[in-house]
Amino acid sequence: MTFTLKVWRQHSADEPGRFVSYQVKNVTPDMSFLEMLDALNEDLISRQEPPVAFEHDCREGICGSCGFLINGVAHGGQRGTTVCQLAMRFFKNGDALTLEPWRARAFPVIRDLIVNRSAFDRIIQAGGFISAPTGTAPAANAILVPKEDADTAFDAAACIGCGACVAACPNASAMLFTSAKITHLNSLPQGQPQRDQRTLSMVAEMRNELFGSCTNHGECEAVCPKRIPLEFIGKMNRDLMRAAWHWHREPLVIPSLVQLPSAEDSHEQFHEEVRIHEEDQAHVEAESPEPAATRR
Amino acid sequence: MLEARIPSGPIEQKWDKCRYDMKLVNPANRRKHSIIVVGAGLAGAAAAATLGRQGYHVHCFSYHDTPRRAHSIAAQGGINSAKNYRNDGDSVLRLFKDTVKGGDYRAREANVYRLAEVSSNIIDQCVSQGVPFAREYGGLLDNRSFGGVQVERTFYARGQTGQQLLLGAYQALEEQIAAGTVTMHFRSELLDIVLVKGRARGIVTRDLVTGQLDCHAADVVVLATGGYSNVFYLSTNAKASNCTAIWRAHRRGALCGNPCFTQIHPTCIPLSSGFQSKLTLMSESLRNDGRVWVPKKEHDTRSPNDIPEDERDYYLENRYPSFGNLVPRDVASRNAKEVCDEGRGVGPHGQGVYLDFADAIHRLGLQTVREKYGNLFEIYERITGDDAYTVPMRIYPAPHYTMGGLWVDYHLMSTIPGLFVGGEANFSDHGANRLGASALMQGLADGYFVLPATVPDYIAANKLDPVSTSDSAFKAAKAEVKDRIDKLLGVNGKRSPDSFHKELGKIVWDDCGMARSDAGLRKALARIPELRDEFWHNLRIVGTGEELNQSLEKANRISDFLELAELMCIDALQRTESCGGHFRVESQTPDGEAKRDDANFAYTAAWEWKGLDQSPAIHKEPLTFEYVPLSQRSYK
Ligand SMILES: Cc1cc2nc3c(=O)[nH]c(=O)nc-3n(C[C@H](O)[C@H](O)[C@H](O)COP(=O)(O)OP(=O)(O)OC[C@H]3O[C@@H](n4cnc5c(N)ncnc54)[C@H](O)[C@@H]3O)c2cc1C
Ligand code: SF4
Ligand code: FES
Repeated sequence: MTFTLKVWRQHSADEPGRFVSYQVKNVTPDMSFLEMLDALNEDLISRQEPPVAFEHDCREGICGSCGFLINGVAHGGQRGTTVCQLAMRFFKNGDALTLEPWRARAFPVIRDLIVNRSAFDRIIQAGGFISAPTGTAPAANAILVPKEDADTAFDAAACIGCGACVAACPNASAMLFTSAKITHLNSLPQGQPQRDQRTLSMVAEMRNELFGSCTNHGECEAVCPKRIPLEFIGKMNRDLMRAAWHWHREPLVIPSLVQLPSAEDSHEQFHEEVRIHEEDQAHVEAESPEPAATRR
Repeated sequence: MLEARIPSGPIEQKWDKCRYDMKLVNPANRRKHSIIVVGAGLAGAAAAATLGRQGYHVHCFSYHDTPRRAHSIAAQGGINSAKNYRNDGDSVLRLFKDTVKGGDYRAREANVYRLAEVSSNIIDQCVSQGVPFAREYGGLLDNRSFGGVQVERTFYARGQTGQQLLLGAYQALEEQIAAGTVTMHFRSELLDIVLVKGRARGIVTRDLVTGQLDCHAADVVVLATGGYSNVFYLSTNAKASNCTAIWRAHRRGALCGNPCFTQIHPTCIPLSSGFQSKLTLMSESLRNDGRVWVPKKEHDTRSPNDIPEDERDYYLENRYPSFGNLVPRDVASRNAKEVCDEGRGVGPHGQGVYLDFADAIHRLGLQTVREKYGNLFEIYERITGDDAYTVPMRIYPAPHYTMGGLWVDYHLMSTIPGLFVGGEANFSDHGANRLGASALMQGLADGYFVLPATVPDYIAANKLDPVSTSDSAFKAAKAEVKDRIDKLLGVNGKRSPDSFHKELGKIVWDDCGMARSDAGLRKALARIPELRDEFWHNLRIVGTGEELNQSLEKANRISDFLELAELMCIDALQRTESCGGHFRVESQTPDGEAKRDDANFAYTAAWEWKGLDQSPAIHKEPLTFEYVPLSQRSYK
């Protein structure tokens, strides 16, 4: 199989990026998408050109390192699949594929397809934990956990922190990610003492980090490789109301109900840049990627 | 030179006694002491969070962008604990005994006992952090069985146990980062250890985004940097897993224990193409219900469902009636290799055996099988395109875990004072073969319970003068690191880093993999230095050292693998016995099982670095077995 790749090349955070086209030949259907990029990189090295930087580690869909947009779709559009799990047999020989990094103000590009997702860690730091210093734990079976609650907690805890939900969202909202952690911990009896504080702080941090708000597009759920359901955002909002009530706080802005102005430009204005910097290659169709927002 | 510091007294009192004898640091003084923890996987994150919470100033380093990406995240099957919730005869003593036996009597009894002892606290700790372990309808924790044992003591979170345990440790770490007790340095790779007056007092790191080299000083350095299975190039480990931290420490004087003890896991998806970049594990838990077989006939090309029952060889069930498909990993892997070498392997390259769920589906129903293993079947289908509910899976062994690592004493301190090593990076606890679900247990035991006791003892017991990074030792180490990077960049040859890695991997796999022979090892020992030489003369890295440069990162790691691989072969060559995962073809029982030689090899080999073209020196720590009498392992 042969593919034409249009890859976002950006040397560092402070330099402008552009698309560059490459041909990759001799691809076999059982190669993974990243193995196809490995082959491209071997070829680039042999031509003394800098290889394409992309993030990856486990290559089995669990570490959350990998991720970029393929033809505008985060992780490439196979349901419940990360980029590293995509096999080339899912594509057609001769396909033209555009690869670009997650686009969100909260995730600045570091190089090529690599972005900085530290904002997620800071959301966890705000309250995404249960305080249980080593040595203080009661016997494991002392607190029973109904199976349903344990299962819900697990479903939510399956999030791998990849950031696809943010990249897919027209508002670059991090609500799916945040709600997954809140649902995980708030569903368990062990998570109850810090429930309100956790919810309030994590939501507040999410807003500080320049992520946008949720306006119920559902793009996040569609691309999430771990199939985190939208319903967790609803759960989070209920917990937020509950917390605001308990704490007698000013009624908080409920992100899914109110769209704040800051959210509108949470995605970088990159399409313009693309057109300016795009390298013209006569034999390649220079199609600008489909903006994420038009997909459902 | 090898002082294991094993406390005296009966085994069940050793850890208590050790802790009682320890010196303590007054809570008000703790924040005056700084601790460097390199690695934020299970062992590193647990240690950093716990020490931070105790009040020390912890600096934690990882080459990942966040601790949650560490290789620990990929563990699937589960974690052992001697809770005896099943009331099926389990106890601390039995977990201890199973582990010593499973490791084929090449681990230190006192360490293994401690591991079994704290295993129960680990589950308590994780549950209270919110780790969503599998539960029964009554709300109690569920258990399952794993290879090599006859009790059900494995706790699990679907097929993602490592992920859930790591998230628990990661969240505890993030809490400490927020509290200011831990400073996290991410995308920061350790490239050297710095010794001042014979003690580990700091490290040199490279910022993977800017390329900047930095020095960091502290009172203690802890390495929790994982295993080195990627020396084989193809393994089940994450792509970035490497040996650089332990190897550079080794070059600075830390002895390396049993480097040839590696684990080849029996249930992985077979290799399919030359571009393949990694091998995928299918959790060992599948062997609970799947039946392993190959055709009786050689080169049988019929589709598996067309092969009648009486023409199938369920070789594990036949040879090992009491353990059947649940024999330990080394035994299962070796048998798979054997039947494939006989020409009875299945799949395109004849490198595979069937793992068949037809009986399980018949017995338990499709729904139950789907609930238990659904995600694994999905992974399998995604990679191979086959539906394992209707066609048996094909599996083949793959490098998975390294029992070898830096030698440590009972306190987990290496031979460099002040350099502690935890998790897969050390050589402790698993001897010559690790039992399933025991690595997570060991990583967390080290991280939550052992290091947070022994590291403070070291701080309290030794008078540590203040050091700063302006010390000449730091300058010298940094200059050496810079030299090495410049040298790598300056080769300007023709071959990519990966091409060297693949070639090295093949050498080690062929001659220091599942079966090792005198001739093969000598061949590898001749070949590796040649390849290393070519590497330093024909490597090509595009780009500079002052930017994010993934080829440079790889080349740097490969340069260390090229040295470690040689030591693995040297170690394998000197150990002319077979034990656990180390199978010397010259040493087998009449029915082809690994034959130990306790009279001559009941020791840990700890190797001392003597320089690149010098032979390393061996030091032996004798192993004595007071509680689990030495006997030939039998799973028949
Ligand atoms: C596919 C798979 C499945 C497994 N399943 C199980 C199972 O079911 N049960 C079980 O018990 N075990 C299992 N294991 C084994 C187990 O997962 C590992 O042994 C264990 O997680 C290792 O943990 P660790 O903390 O020692 O190291 P790791 O998790 O590998 O962490 C290493 C850390 O060190 C950092 N690091 C390394 N080098 C450097 C450096 N030079 N500079 C800076 N940072 C560095 C990394 O960034 C990372 O944070 C499995 C292993 C694999 C591969
Ligand atoms: S919610 Fe899904 S898409 Fe978002 S970070 Fe988690 S796994 Fe990735
Ligand atoms: S590389 Fe780990 S999820 Fe893709």
